[in-house]
Amino acid sequence: MQATRDFSHYVKDAGAGLSHIDLAVEGVSCAGCMSKIERGLSAIPDVTLARVNLTDRRVALEWKQGTLDPARFIDRLAELGYKAYPFETAGAEAVEAEQSRFLLRCLGVAAFATMNVMMLSIPVWSGNVSDMIPEQRDFFHWLSALIALPAAAYAGQPFFRSAWNALSTRNVNMDVPISIGVILALGMSVVETINHAEHAYFDAAIMLLTFLLVGRYLDQSMRRRTRAVAGNLAALKAETATKFVGPDEISEVPVAAIDPGDIVLLRPGERCAVDGTVIEGRSEIDQSLITGETRHVAAEQGTAVYAGSLNMTGTLRVRVSAASEGTLLAEITRLLDNALQARSRYVRLADRASRLYAPVVHATALLTILGWVLFGASWHDAIVTGVAVLIITCPCALGLAIPTVQTVASGAMFRAGVLLNSGDSIERLAEVDHIIFDKTGTLTLPDLEVVNASGIPEDVFKLAGQLALASHHPVAAALARAANAKAPLAGAVEEPGQGVRATLDGRELRLGRPSFCDAEQLASDSQDLDPEASIVAFSDGEKSYVFCVRQGLRPDAQAMISALQLRNIKVEILSGDREPAVRAAARALGVSDWWAGVTPADKIARIEELKAQGTKVMMVGDGLNDAPSLAAAHVSMSPISAAHLSQATADLVFLGKPLAPVVAAIDFSRKALLLMRQNLWLAVVYNFLAVPVAISGVVTPLIAAAAMSGSSILVMLNALRARRVADRRS
Amino acid sequence: MEVLVFLVPLALGLGLVGLIGFLWSLKSGQYDDLEGAALRAIADDEPAVAPAVEAKPSTVRPA
Repeated sequence: MQATRDFSHYVKDAGAGLSHIDLAVEGVSCAGCMSKIERGLSAIPDVTLARVNLTDRRVALEWKQGTLDPARFIDRLAELGYKAYPFETAGAEAVEAEQSRFLLRCLGVAAFATMNVMMLSIPVWSGNVSDMIPEQRDFFHWLSALIALPAAAYAGQPFFRSAWNALSTRNVNMDVPISIGVILALGMSVVETINHAEHAYFDAAIMLLTFLLVGRYLDQSMRRRTRAVAGNLAALKAETATKFVGPDEISEVPVAAIDPGDIVLLRPGERCAVDGTVIEGRSEIDQSLITGETRHVAAEQGTAVYAGSLNMTGTLRVRVSAASEGTLLAEITRLLDNALQARSRYVRLADRASRLYAPVVHATALLTILGWVLFGASWHDAIVTGVAVLIITCPCALGLAIPTVQTVASGAMFRAGVLLNSGDSIERLAEVDHIIFDKTGTLTLPDLEVVNASGIPEDVFKLAGQLALASHHPVAAALARAANAKAPLAGAVEEPGQGVRATLDGRELRLGRPSFCDAEQLASDSQDLDPEASIVAFSDGEKSYVFCVRQGLRPDAQAMISALQLRNIKVEILSGDREPAVRAAARALGVSDWWAGVTPADKIARIEELKAQGTKVMMVGDGLNDAPSLAAAHVSMSPISAAHLSQATADLVFLGKPLAPVVAAIDFSRKALLLMRQNLWLAVVYNFLAVPVAISGVVTPLIAAAAMSGSSILVMLNALRARRVADRRS
Repeated sequence: MEVLVFLVPLALGLGLVGLIGFLWSLKSGQYDDLEGAALRAIADDEPAVAPAVEAKPSTVRPA
């Protein structure tokens, strides 16, 4: 049965007899790659469009309908040296892209209006101290109103909507004072213009919107970029399943094209990409990605298998089930729901600031009005002064204080290999003083490796690796990879459930179970030394050897754990794996607090216990069983190899094999929180200086504009410092 | 000062042309790939001519 690759799920009809597909491409980073790919793909006849998007690392392709198989593009890109896979825009990403375009449109309108209103305001300001006649001033004010009012109505939408949403749920966010400030400033300016007054604040109001939209757009585009990268990584995992399209006919299709009820084939050495139940076959499966347990589980008819399980020995037929049907998954979903509800209680720094800020500012403005009336000023003058207070305190700097730092810090984290899933994770991460690590897949790598390679003669290792190429068993595959074997031995025979054997120069070579190779004694000795390893034996005539194969620790795990301890962060390990395995890992890493055989509910209980003591816990885990505790923790992180559910639940996702991004993320977030607080204080100090001036009633539009842009620029410049952190790793 | 009657609408009109230009460029997807656009400007040649040359290698006559 030879499977064909079927990518028709991703092909879209572009109209005019053309088909369209988007591919995520790995490793495109320069102008050279871009033209190489575009030229290479355009050379295929009937291709009408091949365009690389370097920002998103994607290629858009169009060709004449029915002439080409999309698999050909992927092969062509592989020839050119790039790994590619069809890509489907997730709903969330499409929404973000649309929102980002809307923000850019708003920003364009606001910037246009600001520039033109400024052009009209400067003559008024200079005219007020020289020889401008009132009619000219009124004319300029009316022109400003003509530009500023429609522009603010359009460009202010993001703020007005968000403020309205907050108010209708009886909340206050930063957009409420912004909206009130802008609307009052515009309204007062119109009234003043009608009354032929000297001052109008159209410029201040529209400039405020422009500055804030810059912050919003930066924030949005960073988030969009992170999401695009995450989407690409998901696509490049190239999760396919071998689906039965007829009784004996199979086809390799992307996971997105599989529906509940379909039957898929799972061969030895393959990772299951779907949730389902075994309907035929017998095998052993490795569920370490799901439960953290490294010991293999027997699978037969009726056994539930989950996406991420690795099939070890036999071929299985699996009927795909709808999500969350299995008992394990149902239990995890229930725990996850509870934990997510608890999490939404966290209040962001920006919202905490605005909860304090809005009442204080509005009270000050009201007191100013009443104060001036008591001092004998007219209601009109008092209200104008009160609105001036609102304008000058309008949280321009405050609105930029946090998003600018977040944008810069998330860019820096992105370069360090950390993706942010949620916007407020930076501030939560900065508070962490206790980290709980899962062991399997988090401290260790998901790939198997040979741990006793140094104790085996090189030629034996090489020969065993060559023999291992004949087997599909994942342990054998790990051995072949470790020995860097390329040439399989001729005439190798696989004995099901036992191992492989071959004859070389009259000697018989065997690789497999210790009993198959007469190495039981040797194997039990090694097993005592390293109880969690899988033992594979090799015999060359009379001589026999054993290889210990297990998941190795991440290369820099030990250094990173001590780096965390150096930062006064307590580290502990909670694992669903057996005790000896966890003990060995904890000892190797120098972690004294560890628990083995922990269930998902126990993990949550431990987190709650730590929370009750007032510690801020970060959970780092990858398994499906970690998902509830990832949600329960103050903040959470997953490796990119994690189960889907865990990755979606975690606040941050880190890429690559090293553990270094975890430490880098903590450093960057601590610096970022420091800068956010500094920025908030800068805004407070600015208000402290500006408010008395506003209350005294001597503020002119010129002073308002200068103060506003001055404080915004100061805050933005301070935010740029989030790009770097002091290197404390050495 | 009568000149303002011409100058102000002219200034606003020019600004409006700029704004329309910006909205058009946004709509036609020119901000979708800012990094790529920066590098495309210095790329050596246009890839569009490549298929015509590569598709018929046999028509090259020996000199």
